[in-house]
Amino acid sequence: MTRIIAAAVLALCAAFPARAAIDIQEVTTPGGFTAWLVEERSIPFVALELRFRGGASLDAADKRGAIHLMNGLLEEGAGDLDAQGFSVALEELAAEFSFDVADDQLAISAKFLTENREEALALLRSVLLEPRFDPAAIERVRGQVLANIASAMKDPDDISMDAFDRIAFPGHPYGSAYEGTPESVTALTRDDLIAAKDRVMTRDRVYISAVGDIGADELGPLLDDLLSDLPEEGAPFPDPAGFNAPGGVTVVDFDTPQSVVTFGQAGVGREDEDFFPAFILTQIIGGGGFNSRLMEEVRRNRGLTYGIYAGIYAMEYTDMILGRVSTVNDRVAETVAVVREEWEKVAEDGVTPEELDRAITYLTGAYPLRFDGNERIANILVGMQMDGYGIDYPLTRNDRIRAVTLEDVRRVAAERISPDDLVFVVVGEPEGLEASN
Amino acid sequence: MRILSCLAAAGLALAVAGPTAVAADETVTEFTLDNGMEVVVIEDHRAPVAVHMVWYRVGAADEPLGKSGIAHYLEHLMFKGTETREAGEFSAVVEANGGTDNAFTAQDYTGYFQRVAADRLGLMMEMEADRMVNLRIDPELARLERDVVLEERNQRTENSAGALFAEQRVATQYLQHPYGIPIVGWKHEIEGLTREDALEFYAEHYGPNNAVLIVAGDVTPDEVRTLAEEHYGPIPANPEIEARARPQEPPQIAPRRIIYEDPRVAQPYVLRTYLAPERDSGDQRRAAALGYLSDLLGGEGPTPLMKRVLEVEEGTALYASAFYSSVSLDDTTFGLIVVPTPDRSLEEAEADMDRMIARFLDEGVDEAALARLKMRERADTVYDMDRLQSRARRYGTALMSGLTVSDVQDWPEIKQSITSEEIEQAAADLFDLKRSVTGYLTRPAAPAEEVSQ
Repeated sequence: MTRIIAAAVLALCAAFPARAAIDIQEVTTPGGFTAWLVEERSIPFVALELRFRGGASLDAADKRGAIHLMNGLLEEGAGDLDAQGFSVALEELAAEFSFDVADDQLAISAKFLTENREEALALLRSVLLEPRFDPAAIERVRGQVLANIASAMKDPDDISMDAFDRIAFPGHPYGSAYEGTPESVTALTRDDLIAAKDRVMTRDRVYISAVGDIGADELGPLLDDLLSDLPEEGAPFPDPAGFNAPGGVTVVDFDTPQSVVTFGQAGVGREDEDFFPAFILTQIIGGGGFNSRLMEEVRRNRGLTYGIYAGIYAMEYTDMILGRVSTVNDRVAETVAVVREEWEKVAEDGVTPEELDRAITYLTGAYPLRFDGNERIANILVGMQMDGYGIDYPLTRNDRIRAVTLEDVRRVAAERISPDDLVFVVVGEPEGLEASN
Repeated sequence: MRILSCLAAAGLALAVAGPTAVAADETVTEFTLDNGMEVVVIEDHRAPVAVHMVWYRVGAADEPLGKSGIAHYLEHLMFKGTETREAGEFSAVVEANGGTDNAFTAQDYTGYFQRVAADRLGLMMEMEADRMVNLRIDPELARLERDVVLEERNQRTENSAGALFAEQRVATQYLQHPYGIPIVGWKHEIEGLTREDALEFYAEHYGPNNAVLIVAGDVTPDEVRTLAEEHYGPIPANPEIEARARPQEPPQIAPRRIIYEDPRVAQPYVLRTYLAPERDSGDQRRAAALGYLSDLLGGEGPTPLMKRVLEVEEGTALYASAFYSSVSLDDTTFGLIVVPTPDRSLEEAEADMDRMIARFLDEGVDEAALARLKMRERADTVYDMDRLQSRARRYGTALMSGLTVSDVQDWPEIKQSITSEEIEQAAADLFDLKRSVTGYLTRPAAPAEEVSQ
């Protein structure tokens, strides 16, 4: 042991790359858009990220699933090009576009070679401004979406998450799946999709980052060309969703050998002064990797599961601490009991100095390692803007983590971790587990 | 023959002393330690990160009969301590250094990796070298970990109708070759695995002469060589290591069919696989042609034949696709899937699939589509430089599958040179029903009184 510990300690003492070694420029375009740029000339391509805040939560009240279906049609033809023509054009340029929508954002990721930059952006512009929503394409993609919804209704992971959302966010967009229901999706018209696009893809809620073979002077005019003709303003944003689930266990009967459990409680938001202590706390309780308290107790000491995770979900309209675990039906009652005990322990006793040190060392050491590729960096940069962080965040983030004290974490654990309010949604055929809701 | 070419490749690598920077990609260097451990270094100095991977040329397909899952169970137990490290300490040290670590088991290999700040490379090597030879496992921890593996199987397989179907299909495809046995193991065999089984497997297969070290990131070949010689160099070659020789498939002479019914199926589909050749060292053209065949029939976007006709023009399928995994030590499979629209039966979907195959054989390659695929391949070589970890994994899987670094580097040029005739010939050779398994995944017909749900 001695030799090993010496090595580990030695390693800890060596200096970490304390901060992410990237140079972010803030670019303000002539047209008034703001983008974050990292110029990285070593590989001749650019990764461009666009985010439209609000995402699928901007669905009109009786049009659930419209933004999701609309998003699915963005790659199905634009301008003069039908779906086939669009795909051919994209392949000829060797560009890659992807379109993704979730509760809080509609995300467009584009990747193009320097040699084809203008043509690729012209093609992307036609997607943003003149998507065709051809009737045949609508029916085809609608059929795929309906099939996915049907699959989700038979998948224990999805059933569990959907039931949790229904309990926690009644009356809010978060309370229902953004894919919509079979009924709502079946009823959507082409006009609904056109309206859905104008609710979310607008100038007032776009966030932009670019990383790669491009300079600030080139990027500005390109972005103006790309985005200036979008509508000025989209749909009003929803109200906060709160977190309304009463603590307890809900069981959803489903014939499958292993129960899937989603568990959670109200969380702590990024704007909250306790965010960093809470973030570190949940890292200790259920962070990724093999060394969280939950992994230790539920997997390593008891062999109850392959994986258990819990963490902070700081979302646009709610903040949660959310976890997931699955265990064979006849042992899931034990898993639920152990999670509750861990919640109680941390609420009462906080964490140890060793745990805090370990978490801080891990989080500060791992952070700079994330910045290792144009696509990854572009993703991080656009996310930081949406989260409301300043351009210096990569340089200061580790200091904020290091500033958290044991007292901070203990206080936040006592105030924010509430075992009685912990919500469990169990999907499967759990044995010996009483539903309390 | 594959075994022979694999040995020849290994012999060649051993014979080459000193770094041989490869002209095709100057960021990749390979060399071999005196104990037989091969080393590949992939340089990318954009971020202060290193990915450290040790790959063993042993996987689920090398397990003794009746011990399915032992390769994967051993992979789990490799985190349970050594003579000088406690259970869990490996991952704890990685984490305390800001890194992440994990491991993976496949039919042809088992791998362990960490992603850390580049200046922590030596520590990772020290710990990985330690568990290459000094594994010690507490019996109680081993028993608990078997439960974890059973829960992993529950999560990945038992809880998923699609995964159970896949397991049945693959078992049907391989009569004799161990690829027919699931990597995680059959449930009843996992339940019987012991710590002793794992240690025996470890003693037979782990050692520097059965391993490839891949280091990717902000490192130089000289640094890596110095550290590797320090940490891995002193480990003697394991005399137990033998070249892999697995039972091979007899010629398939009859089509095979399976139907799997599961009430959890939302979307029934038909999936067919054909036994197909894989990439062999120095002989990759047929596999390259099959790759294009897969792209042209059912690759990305709406333009491949099956997608264009079935999804777009006819609207008979919700989804249609083709897939082919070219990197494999022994014979691989080429697959087609059709998910019909709800108004159509699986028999009709299968007929649609057959119709698309016949049409391709009749019409041949769409030259413009092939040109676009080649353009994309060229662009991918640029985009690929951005993805450090996937580059490292690509070299790893190739070296585990009988290929060499040169084969990996020749691959893009080979793909550019493939002709329509080669693709058409590959299709003609492939599509023989007698060498196929056709599977239906569907719901059980519900008794009348239980129709509602």
